[in-house]
Amino acid sequence: MDLTLYVWRQKGPDDQGRLEEYQVKAITPDMSFLEMLDVVNEGLIRAGKEPIAFDHDCREGICGTCSQVINGMPHGPREKTAVCQLHMRSFRDGDTIYIEPWRARAFPVIKDLIVDRSALDRIMQSGGYVSVHTGGVPDANAVLISKADADTAMDAAECIGCGACVAACPNGSAMLFTAAKVAHLAALPQGRTEAARRVCLMTEAMLKQGFGSCSNHYECQAVCPKGISATFIAKLNREFIKAQMPGQ
Amino acid sequence: MILDGKCPSGPLAEKWSKHCQEMKLVNPANKRKYRVIVVGTGLAGASAAATLGELGYNVEAFCYQDSARRAHSIAAQGGINAAKNYPNDGDSIFRLFHDTIKGGDFRSREANVYRLAMVSNHIIDQCAAQGVPFARDYAGYLDNRSFGGAQVSRTFYARGQTGQQLLLGAYSALSRQVAAGSVRLHPRTEMLDLVVVNNEAKGITVRDMVTGKISCYAADAVCLCTGGYTNVFYLSTNAMGSNVTATYRAYKKGAYFANPCYTQIHPTCIPVTGDHQSKLTLMSESLRNDGRVWVPKIRGDRRPSHDIPEEERDYYLERKYPSFGNLAPRDISSRAAKEVCDEGHGVGTGGRGVYLDFGDAIRRLGEDKIRERYGNLFDMYEKITDENAYQQPMRIYPAPHYSMGGLWVDYNLQSSIPGLFVLGEANFSDHGANRLGASALMQGLADGYFIIPYTIGSYLAQTKPGAVSTGNPEFIASVEGCEASIRRLLSINGRKTVNEFHRELGHIMWEHVGMARSSDSLAEALRRIPELRTEFWENVKIPGGEADLNQELEKAGRVADFLEFGELLAKDALLRNESCGGHFRVEHQMPDGEARRDDEKFCHVGAWEFKGSGREPELHKEQLVFENVHLAVRSYK
Repeated sequence: MDLTLYVWRQKGPDDQGRLEEYQVKAITPDMSFLEMLDVVNEGLIRAGKEPIAFDHDCREGICGTCSQVINGMPHGPREKTAVCQLHMRSFRDGDTIYIEPWRARAFPVIKDLIVDRSALDRIMQSGGYVSVHTGGVPDANAVLISKADADTAMDAAECIGCGACVAACPNGSAMLFTAAKVAHLAALPQGRTEAARRVCLMTEAMLKQGFGSCSNHYECQAVCPKGISATFIAKLNREFIKAQMPGQ
Repeated sequence: MILDGKCPSGPLAEKWSKHCQEMKLVNPANKRKYRVIVVGTGLAGASAAATLGELGYNVEAFCYQDSARRAHSIAAQGGINAAKNYPNDGDSIFRLFHDTIKGGDFRSREANVYRLAMVSNHIIDQCAAQGVPFARDYAGYLDNRSFGGAQVSRTFYARGQTGQQLLLGAYSALSRQVAAGSVRLHPRTEMLDLVVVNNEAKGITVRDMVTGKISCYAADAVCLCTGGYTNVFYLSTNAMGSNVTATYRAYKKGAYFANPCYTQIHPTCIPVTGDHQSKLTLMSESLRNDGRVWVPKIRGDRRPSHDIPEEERDYYLERKYPSFGNLAPRDISSRAAKEVCDEGHGVGTGGRGVYLDFGDAIRRLGEDKIRERYGNLFDMYEKITDENAYQQPMRIYPAPHYSMGGLWVDYNLQSSIPGLFVLGEANFSDHGANRLGASALMQGLADGYFIIPYTIGSYLAQTKPGAVSTGNPEFIASVEGCEASIRRLLSINGRKTVNEFHRELGHIMWEHVGMARSSDSLAEALRRIPELRTEFWENVKIPGGEADLNQELEKAGRVADFLEFGELLAKDALLRNESCGGHFRVEHQMPDGEARRDDEKFCHVGAWEFKGSGREPELHKEQLVFENVHLAVRSYK
């Protein structure tokens, strides 16, 4: 396959950045999208140019490091697929492909396709946990959890924290990310005790970090590589309203 | 020198509790005066940093990833072992201990492994309390499944993403400590050197991967939780960034490196498709609960799998190992796959693959049940291969996956340098020559949650807090050394890329130091690795500068270390003139092709001491003493 790429190049946070064109030849359909970029980079290095900087690590769709907007879609054209799991068979010979970084107010560009997502960590630090110390906990089977609740918790907990939801959202909202954690812990008896406090703290942190609010576009759900459902946002909203009730 | 593992005396089951009684304690009010560095935020690092923070120590946690949540523990799929015996199928702490010792081919320490089995149960309790969504049955109790090398169901799991869920649990505990102010996180920061002052580990030198700035941190103790080194094979199931740099540079500062030749080749990975391949993807061993492994009986049979009748299929694991069948341990299953492919029975591209077939299980349990158990794995397989494993068998082949070897540690997880502790995959301690499935998560969390909090306290109680600062000459020399080495790398400006060197090294390692090693193949590797290393330092091309985000420079530093470490690995493999677990020397096998150990000569840990560049490292031995298990020929038949 021969391809024309337009890739976002930006030297640093203060550089304006621009799309640069690259002609790529002899790509095979079995290659992953990132392996195609490896080929491009090897060529650039041999030509004495700086390779394209991009984030990646596990290359099996679970660490959430890779983060590219391909032809306007975070993680590219395939449903429920992170960039690293996208393969070139999803494209055709002669295609033109645009590659850009996550774009959101809370995710400043560091270089080329790499952005700073530490704002997501700060949301987690505000309350994305059960306040339990190591040791002194009951036997794991002492607290029963219905299969349905455990499954719901797991559906939400599958979030890989990549930030595609933010990149896809016209408001740059981290609502799906935050909702996934709130819903995961609220579904379990271990997380219930702090549910009201948690939802307030995490929502507040989300706004403070520069993320927008949700206005029900559902773009987040459409691009999520783990298929996290936007119904968890409704769950977050319910938890949030409950937390405002007297006595909470 | 004969090394002392410092295992407590007394009956096996009482060693750890006796040791806990004897260890020194740091007063709660004094803990905040101590600073501890934790490098790596995988299961071992995140759990250690969180727990030490909870206890009141000042913790500085470092990781090369952009977030602590992304360490490669996250990719572990199948599960975590514990001796809960919830299924009432005869499990016990002793049985988990015994299976682990036997699985490791009798090359690990009894005392360590027993302690691991003991604390395994606390791990499950702790993770459940953190909100880890383990699989449950309809009554709300925890569910279990079986894994290789065991005849009981002791593996707890969260769909096919157990590592992810356990890591997110540890990361959440860590996040809580960050909020509490006891842990400071340093993401996108790579450790380049260990700083040793008066023979004790007192800090590290790091590179800020965004600005390129080299700086150092002083502390009262250092914990390395930096994972394994199988990326020395270039293609492995590790993350692209997984590396040996932290442990190798600690080795160069005096920490002994134990059993580097113990590497695990995992039997169920997606086969290689071409030269462009950048990594290999594992398909969880749990699939072998319901999948049956087979190859065509006729050599070179190119018919599609569904056209090959039942009687022309060789279910070779079930045939060779009737009592464990498809759940034979990893080293045995991997070698069996290589053997049938070498004989010409392999399937797929280049004949390097075997079938893992779910046809029977789908007929027996229905597609929905299989989807519930392994859906995400089938999806992942389909994304990579474009094949639907509900309709045709998966193709799998072994790939480098885990390193049992690592920095030598004593019973307290302390290396040969006082104040340097090593946890998780980065140490050598618990898996002997082969790790059983679902035991890596167990060991990482055991070390971090339940062992280091005790043993590091005992060390710190005997040191004066804040004794060393970064103004110390050792720190200044370390920073200057790291800066000089980076400038040297950038000044080469040769013609080959870092990846080309890494790929060539991987090829040498896989061909000559891989699943079947011989004195000839190892000699060949020992000849070619130094040549490649020389060429690297003359001809590598690294674009960009030092004071910038420079991914090629990061890779170059890691590959430079792999080029030295690969030689140490091959040297260790040559010297260990026996077969055991993942280390298979073709000269030492039973008539039926099984590994033949030599307990008289090699029932020891081999730990290497660095003696300076260009000089031969020195081997130290720690004799392994077995008081509670009988050294037997490992049989899974």
